[in-house]
Amino acid sequence: MDAPVLAASVALEDVLIVGGALFAIGLYITLAKRNAVAVLMGIELMLNAVNLTLIAFSRFVDFSRFGEGTRPIDGHVFVIFVITVAAAEAAVMLALVVAVYRHRQTIDIDRINVLRG
Amino acid sequence: MLSALTVGAAGMVIVVRNLLHALLFLILSFVGVAGLYITLSADFIAVVQVLIYAGAIAVLMIFSVMLTPLSDRDNAEGLLRLPALVLSGLVATGIAFVAIETDWQVTSESSFENTSVAIGEALLSPFVLPFEIASVLLVAAMIGAIVLVRED
Repeated sequence: MDAPVLAASVALEDVLIVGGALFAIGLYITLAKRNAVAVLMGIELMLNAVNLTLIAFSRFVDFSRFGEGTRPIDGHVFVIFVITVAAAEAAVMLALVVAVYRHRQTIDIDRINVLRG
Repeated sequence: MLSALTVGAAGMVIVVRNLLHALLFLILSFVGVAGLYITLSADFIAVVQVLIYAGAIAVLMIFSVMLTPLSDRDNAEGLLRLPALVLSGLVATGIAFVAIETDWQVTSESSFENTSVAIGEALLSPFVLPFEIASVLLVAAMIGAIVLVRED
């Protein structure tokens, strides 16, 4: 197995910085893009960044300090749940995009302003 | 190397003008994140990432891009461009500062092996209720998606 050799070359700070950069890019895409599908892509990037951070902490943090009932694998279970919710959310959001396109002939979220008074 | 690939591909999602090309760069970024999971000795999560993100969600997005016509396939920025840039820059510098300055008490014990067995046991003994709620959520989302796109 060469997996431990790979894992030894990664530091916690590096993974956290990569996660932060991914989150910032996803935040920018979510706020600034005009296409609804692009906004969804930004949201998925942010969820990925959070998952990466969870995995990094569950790999590196010394869980014996926290007493009984905490195990490193709990971070992996959290990531499983986040991926599940992200998949459900992507399905609903893309169905919404298709439905909005049928009614309004656009998915530009700057032009979907039916509620404007 | 993997980190540069991941962040670079995510940055290209911002830059590229064609929405379909941006989507392909997003898939590349997902695969890079899966590689990072492998280096963090999370093998099961890496496989799940490739299957669900790079597989299922990417196919869903390609479908929804293809279902809208060519004229709506641009990737332009809207009115919020400058505030979004400032806010995401602040978030990135804040996270980087905290990550560097904090004294993380890193464990020295070696990585776990065979995470899938441990994940399966954790899902079925302490996490049974969230597991069932997640399955109900998936069913609800599936029915909701079907109802939303149904022609009536």
